Amino acid sequence: MLKRLITAREMLLVGAIALLLVLIASRFPGFVAPSNLANVFNDTSPLILLAIGQMIVILTKCIDLSVAANLALTGMVVSMVNVAAPDLPIVMILVIALGLGTLLGMFNGILVWKLQIPSIVVTLGTMTIFRGTIFLISDGKWVNSHEMSASFKAFPRTELLGLPVLSWVAIVTVILFTVVMTRTTLGRAFYAAGGNPHAATYAGINVGRTQFWAFTISGALAGLTGYLWVSRFAVAYVDIAGGFELDVVAACVIGGVSIMGGIGTVGGALLGALFLGIMKNALPVVDISPFWQLAISGGAIIVAVTLNAQANREKGRIILKRAEHAS
Amino acid sequence: MSATDRIIPDRLHSAFEQRLKSWETLLLLVAIGIFVANSFASPYFLNAWNLSDATFNFTEKAMIAFAMALLIISGEIDLSVASIIALASTAMGAAVQMGVGTPGLVLVGLGVGLLCGAFNGVLVTRMGLPSIVVTIGTMSLFRGISFIVLGDQAYGGYPASFQWFGQGYVWWVISFEFVLFGIIAVIYAVLLHKTNFGRAVYAIGNNATGAMFSGIRVRRVKFILFLLTGLMSGVAAICLTARLGSTRPSIATGWELEVVTMVVLGGVSILGGSGTIVGVVIAAFVMGLVTFGLGLVNVPGIVMSIVIGALLIGVIALPRLWSMWRAR
Repeated sequence: MLKRLITAREMLLVGAIALLLVLIASRFPGFVAPSNLANVFNDTSPLILLAIGQMIVILTKCIDLSVAANLALTGMVVSMVNVAAPDLPIVMILVIALGLGTLLGMFNGILVWKLQIPSIVVTLGTMTIFRGTIFLISDGKWVNSHEMSASFKAFPRTELLGLPVLSWVAIVTVILFTVVMTRTTLGRAFYAAGGNPHAATYAGINVGRTQFWAFTISGALAGLTGYLWVSRFAVAYVDIAGGFELDVVAACVIGGVSIMGGIGTVGGALLGALFLGIMKNALPVVDISPFWQLAISGGAIIVAVTLNAQANREKGRIILKRAEHAS
Repeated sequence: MSATDRIIPDRLHSAFEQRLKSWETLLLLVAIGIFVANSFASPYFLNAWNLSDATFNFTEKAMIAFAMALLIISGEIDLSVASIIALASTAMGAAVQMGVGTPGLVLVGLGVGLLCGAFNGVLVTRMGLPSIVVTIGTMSLFRGISFIVLGDQAYGGYPASFQWFGQGYVWWVISFEFVLFGIIAVIYAVLLHKTNFGRAVYAIGNNATGAMFSGIRVRRVKFILFLLTGLMSGVAAICLTARLGSTRPSIATGWELEVVTMVVLGGVSILGGSGTIVGVVIAAFVMGLVTFGLGLVNVPGIVMSIVIGALLIGVIALPRLWSMWRAR
């Protein structure tokens, strides 16, 4: 029942994306050319990576508002490492980015797990702390393109089988987490911990620790994206990806992830991110000022969460709720 | 059954000696400590005009924090307050261009605040949506509308009588904003601690279902709280716009964080159900003193935000760490 509901939602979203593409194509056929769509996908890859991490966090009834600041801090650190040691192989840069992002995510997770501080408070706080730390370590200076080594900048753009590495990272992550979420005990624990924490506890799942792992994954993906972001745009400064956390949450909500926890799929997060990504890339094409972007994201969040609430209210879940109350 | 049995306490176990050890007393000591430290750190601190200037660091945010405190006590949250300021300020700016006078501007500011609050309130209480997502959405939406209207432009040309709301002094160093802050604090203290409405807010925060079954109109109370938060954001928008004398769409960016920090620092439980207005007032002074003191010793704003973020986490984490340590 639940599974059918989710797939129905995702089909709806696929339909919405197709409609959007048809509308744009009717005025600008060039937009739907395969090469342009590949560009749009590449441009949306950072959002996809973060949305997958955010989806896992939201599944466990938490929220991670620090992802964009984590991305920016990790990006600045790896840029400065690159400036200091230009000969360091890219593998090491990737290890540093993943490691630092993971640590920052774990910091959020520990506060949520061990001290049971609400995640919104923790991540609002760490969001500003991370941003401030970037200023402290960089002294407010930019790391510019000419200071970065060529190999540092080349990695996300290198083409493999016609697609840049950045796109491949997103594709591999989507596949990896689809498997993790549907085929591993940890993946199922995320659903259980958010869907019904009490039942999860009785089933032997440590809810706090599950939340900790969710934040750790979200942090790791944010760290990885941090490197890809600064190398792709070839610049690092305090405010990169400012406000991006809202887009990430928007992608999840549009993708049918329930903010109450327990409902959501990797596919949904992917589609939500693609929907926003196509919208963003289409705005300048159809000659709408980029100043509309913020309001459109906000409007999309509200419309999506309203639709989600309606869908969840009408179908299956209510019967489960009743059973819970009856017992 | 005596009258006291039926009272829902502001916080559990509030006997007199525990009140001495209460959060508010602790916070007051912190405030005094920061005050003393500041006066040693900078020779410019103990100056009536400088101190008066320092109050502007928190008066506008605190006005919103009072309403936010009630909202958080009832178990909801509003992250769109800073964006409501942006939208209200933009609306007032547009009104100025059309030649609207000061009374009209005030009405526009308050009206937009109320409308935004009502919009949040309807989505949360009528549609049954979680307030955190709704207000993350409206946070983008409201500021997004300001960006659509203004782009990279700015509104200015506010009349002098309007600017008095942000720059005027009632008597000597006492600014209009500071007086307004005091009046609003008293109003909210009475509303929360001395009225049925305030009791209802606590009851909802502690047990919304229980409150509903004891005859409290939960949805209506929450709707009113969203309206109040919107209204106070409108008031803050008037003061801030009058003080700056111009409107940009990026006005008051990040204030939602500072307002929530102020409320939580004031001892209001983020999970709802407990907290006092006195706590929020002291927290406002603490945050104002910290930012002003750091400013006097030339600490840049972004570093202050680290302090604010650390305060937000620290004030919740430290008591829990302390009780974990004592439980060993």
